[in-house]
Amino acid sequence: MDPRADGPVPVAEAVGVTKRFGATVALADGRLTVAPGETHALVGRNGAGKSTLVGVLTGLLRADAGEVRFGGSPAPAAGDRAAWRRHVACVYQKPSVVPGLSVAENLFLHRQPRGRFGLLSPRLLRRQAAELLEEWAVHVDPDVAARELSVEQRQLVEIAGALSLGARFVILDEPTAQLEGRAIARLFDRLRDLRAQGVTFLYISHHLPEIYEICQRVTVFRDARYVLDADVAELGRDELVAAMIGEARGLVDVGADRPPVPADAQAALELAGVTVPGIVTGVDLTVRRGEIVGVAGSAASGKRQLAEAVVGLRPREGTVRVAGLPIRSGDVPAALRGGVGYLPGDRNIDGFVPALSVAENATMTITDRLGPAGFVLPKKRDERANRMITDLDVHTAGPGQPVSELSGGNAQKVVMARALANDPTVLVLVQPTAGVDVRSKESLLGAVDAETRRNRAALLVSDELEDLRLCDRVVVMVGGRLVAEHPRGWREADLVAEIEGIGAAPDPGDEPGPVNGTASAEREQR
Amino acid sequence: MTDTSTAAPQAPVTPPKPGRPANRLRLARLRDFALIPPIIALLVVGYLLKPDVFLSQSYLVDTVLKYQSELALVVLAEALVLIVGKFDLSLESVVGIAPAVAVFLVVGQTSVLGAPWPAWTVLPVAVLFGALIGAFNGLLIVRFRLSAFIVTLAMLIALRGLQLAIVGGATISNLANRIPVVDDLGSLRIATIPLAIWIVVIAFAVGMVVLGYTRVGRSLYAVGGNPDAARAAGIRVERVIWLTLVVAGALAALAGLMLSARLGSVAAAQGNGMIFTVFAAAVIGGISLDGGKGSLFGALCGVVLLGLIQNVLTLAQVKADQIQAVNGLVILVALVLARLTSGKAQD
Repeated sequence: MDPRADGPVPVAEAVGVTKRFGATVALADGRLTVAPGETHALVGRNGAGKSTLVGVLTGLLRADAGEVRFGGSPAPAAGDRAAWRRHVACVYQKPSVVPGLSVAENLFLHRQPRGRFGLLSPRLLRRQAAELLEEWAVHVDPDVAARELSVEQRQLVEIAGALSLGARFVILDEPTAQLEGRAIARLFDRLRDLRAQGVTFLYISHHLPEIYEICQRVTVFRDARYVLDADVAELGRDELVAAMIGEARGLVDVGADRPPVPADAQAALELAGVTVPGIVTGVDLTVRRGEIVGVAGSAASGKRQLAEAVVGLRPREGTVRVAGLPIRSGDVPAALRGGVGYLPGDRNIDGFVPALSVAENATMTITDRLGPAGFVLPKKRDERANRMITDLDVHTAGPGQPVSELSGGNAQKVVMARALANDPTVLVLVQPTAGVDVRSKESLLGAVDAETRRNRAALLVSDELEDLRLCDRVVVMVGGRLVAEHPRGWREADLVAEIEGIGAAPDPGDEPGPVNGTASAEREQR
Repeated sequence: MTDTSTAAPQAPVTPPKPGRPANRLRLARLRDFALIPPIIALLVVGYLLKPDVFLSQSYLVDTVLKYQSELALVVLAEALVLIVGKFDLSLESVVGIAPAVAVFLVVGQTSVLGAPWPAWTVLPVAVLFGALIGAFNGLLIVRFRLSAFIVTLAMLIALRGLQLAIVGGATISNLANRIPVVDDLGSLRIATIPLAIWIVVIAFAVGMVVLGYTRVGRSLYAVGGNPDAARAAGIRVERVIWLTLVVAGALAALAGLMLSARLGSVAAAQGNGMIFTVFAAAVIGGISLDGGKGSLFGALCGVVLLGLIQNVLTLAQVKADQIQAVNGLVILVALVLARLTSGKAQD
């Protein structure tokens, strides 16, 4: 498969890497060859072994077998962090800066320049930091505290810090996961510039369109093994997905056959003049039984806050009715009792309790139905949980397994199970497929589709066009107000233009890779 | 990424494999029993040191366990607070002040609030007073969002001072003859086991059932493990924390009254320094200082372990002026061992 047998010496190379954690094989055959100057994508479903390979490549995990080489020579000794850092750096999703220190202090952490008498010199530090940021064209004030940085700026600062240590090979772990469309475009511009300056990237992402946009070569992992690597331009999107999931299947295509909502369907959720001071202004919206209404908008549009106001996590003005009955403001238990099922926007923040089991997390909203007089009977709980595990196809060792041990997609299914547990009239879902693999995305959206075909309704707040495709109707929020509404069959370009507030956009014309229509429109958004 | 084997797509519809959950559960239980081997080891050492008395009921029950009963109740209280993700340092002052106030109102040379009150009020007044202090801590921590550590540290100091003022630097003594309830708490036996031990056993049994099998109990773990997720799931987080602090205060007050009953007096320094041992026992027993983790059974094992260590040190004739230093060292060793046997980081 590799046509570059006699090409340039690879910047980074892994051969036959294996790694076990106890009885679990995290990596059975890790192989990777990254040529200098390319942006190399590493893709695979959650649990495919990507993170383990990154751990081995950065020297944080010691492989059980196999070899890692940088520029043709063997990797440094396991404990020699400084040597590893000269070869490779990784920008993780979680910030690895000290929030209270300035950008300059972070860049030169523990290697601050010394001035007179061997004492640290703030002046020198500031100058060197400014020069460094200048050199890599990162436009950030070195005096600003790291906690003030946006996600995008923080990533660029971390990249600059890595480059200043001598590394010209940077691993980016889902850098766009927390970014919105325009920030992603800016980040990609910077990555292209850095590549032109000779920096090699290993790019990890769940977003296949991004790979077609900025990567030249792609390596696919599946089930802890290397599957293939290929030039991005020669690998069709369907082939790539097939390689990831192990059998040929199309893109997420859930809900295409949804029946139209009957004209006489009752209202499940009615919002009238819903206002969150300073964020959301006078939203009127009705979601009928059997209907999924999508809410699109940028990160600053207030769409997420609208959902939080509906479920009572935020105080609000205006009325919310579920099945005709008003729901008190700022009272989550009342909202849940009134028939709201809620899936929060970031499962790691308020989705689940990591140390508790799958069963406990999934039944957390219905503990009053699991036994008499305030008692919770484990047998009943596990029965309920087992049914949910089967319904949503959660891959888990059993109801007793802590959610912290599950992969992202399966943890999200547990959060979805919790949202459905109280048999709600209306589901309020925020970013239900954020950071999950293709297969999990399909089953999560499939669950939303199946659950809303009869009496139930859903309000689906999302950035993902694939999620919004499922909806019977999509409303667009800009600056805290609803500005547009589209029935099923909207053009992606129109929707994205409205979300970004830039008027109607022309059809995407330039096709850099063998990509189908959905992908190119999605790229338009990002 | 460590769940490759379970997330493998070859198993599309997973009817959860019957063997594994049971195994996992057994493993979790094993972690609970991590302190049993060291406890047995200490029993063996104790037996070797004093083969004639050590394993007799009179020694184990009346010398080892009885002296741990108050500590055990305070550890129970602190364990609840730690599981819900908070701190309560003031519990050791409650151990002193609650019985002091209750006893003072019955036998003190005062006429405030219509004192002297009848003798039977000692128990309800003490427990109520402890609960009130818990409620006040809750007000500051939950409503005014102050740091639990600092609030309860300040309360510890303030209550200690209040106790000095009430008791007047002296000791209210000879309680057994003056207050029958206290006499019962200190000397009543049921089936040859002292009442204090029964109280501890019942409190822990109730605690385990509540924590394991009731909505309120499970919500403690949810709130301690991730308050945001608990809130989004409709748990009234503030109310749960508040309730826990109130219950902890009441338990500590009961422990204080039991201590006064055992000693027949309320000393000015009652409870002083106890909180360190309480935290040591809780952490050795596997309660996480980060909240959301730990079991009451583990905490109880921690108490028993510390009690045995103390007695074995005495039996080994460690000199009285050295015993504190040795005790501290042994607690450190116990922490290290607990870390090794449980295989989990103590945080």
